[in-house]
Amino acid sequence: MSEGVPSALAIVAGHADFAEGMVSAVEQITGRGDRLVAFSNRGLSAQGVEESLRALMEEHGVRVIFTDLPAGSATLAARRIARTRPEVMILTGVSLLPLLQFATRVGPADREQLLTDAERGRQALQLTDAPSAPAPGGGKERGN
Amino acid sequence: MGIELYRIDDRLVHGQVVLGWGQPLSLGFVVLVDDQVAVSDWEQELYRMAVPPEMDIYFSSVADAVGRLPGWQEDTRKGILITGDIESMSRLVQRASRIAEVNLGGIHHRSDRAQKLRYVYLTRDEESALRALTARGVEVSARDVPASRAVPLSELLDGGGGT
Repeated sequence: MSEGVPSALAIVAGHADFAEGMVSAVEQITGRGDRLVAFSNRGLSAQGVEESLRALMEEHGVRVIFTDLPAGSATLAARRIARTRPEVMILTGVSLLPLLQFATRVGPADREQLLTDAERGRQALQLTDAPSAPAPGGGKERGN
Repeated sequence: MGIELYRIDDRLVHGQVVLGWGQPLSLGFVVLVDDQVAVSDWEQELYRMAVPPEMDIYFSSVADAVGRLPGWQEDTRKGILITGDIESMSRLVQRASRIAEVNLGGIHHRSDRAQKLRYVYLTRDEESALRALTARGVEVSARDVPASRAVPLSELLDGGGGT
């Protein structure tokens, strides 16, 4: 534990209720939803998204932004902001697992950690099949 | 094939365009007609990063688009042409031929605009500009994504467009 080192905040930005839902899930799983600030692009022009996102970053002192779609308006706005603020880090295509990693980490955020979080998210994307049924007569009996 | 949709959207290239329309239409290219983006390499690179690798994106000013439009209209792939405001699309329609329909995809809230739909807000001047388009024979309707109903301009301006 790095006691005394303030933990980083991040913005989760996306379409409709995506961010709110993600933050809600992080809160339910870890109790650390307070590490994330939800932002929706709903009803905003490109300029409105950028202005609102910029204001939210200033308000919370945030330099990490998670977004849903690489092509989304929130991502484009974040990239515009990062153009003049090189310390800003953007992770696009975010899913729940990277947010959980971020929210439970202590201390300031850095690029290497975000890359690790992104990789965890990629690894969590799996097409899972149901276990195949045992061959007739070949399966172990299950106790009850 | 060629250009399947002429869209006015103040977010320009974003999720609704690339995925919402791009997937069902199997879009091969996007044309972004915007005088500011047309002269900014940085803005163009930003939008290039927003489209998938199998999709081309072309940038043009309104003036240049007039001459390039026939080529895009004859393209063997499907495309979408976007302007960020009504004024740019109006200028294009006035100077180009064969634009029969215009889609209002997203014109968002501003203090001098009145809400017409969840995703369409208009000033009086913008209403007039859209009426002028219809007077030229262009069919104007609002539709943010393919799954939603196209709301004709007449219905939109009469306030019966729903959400």
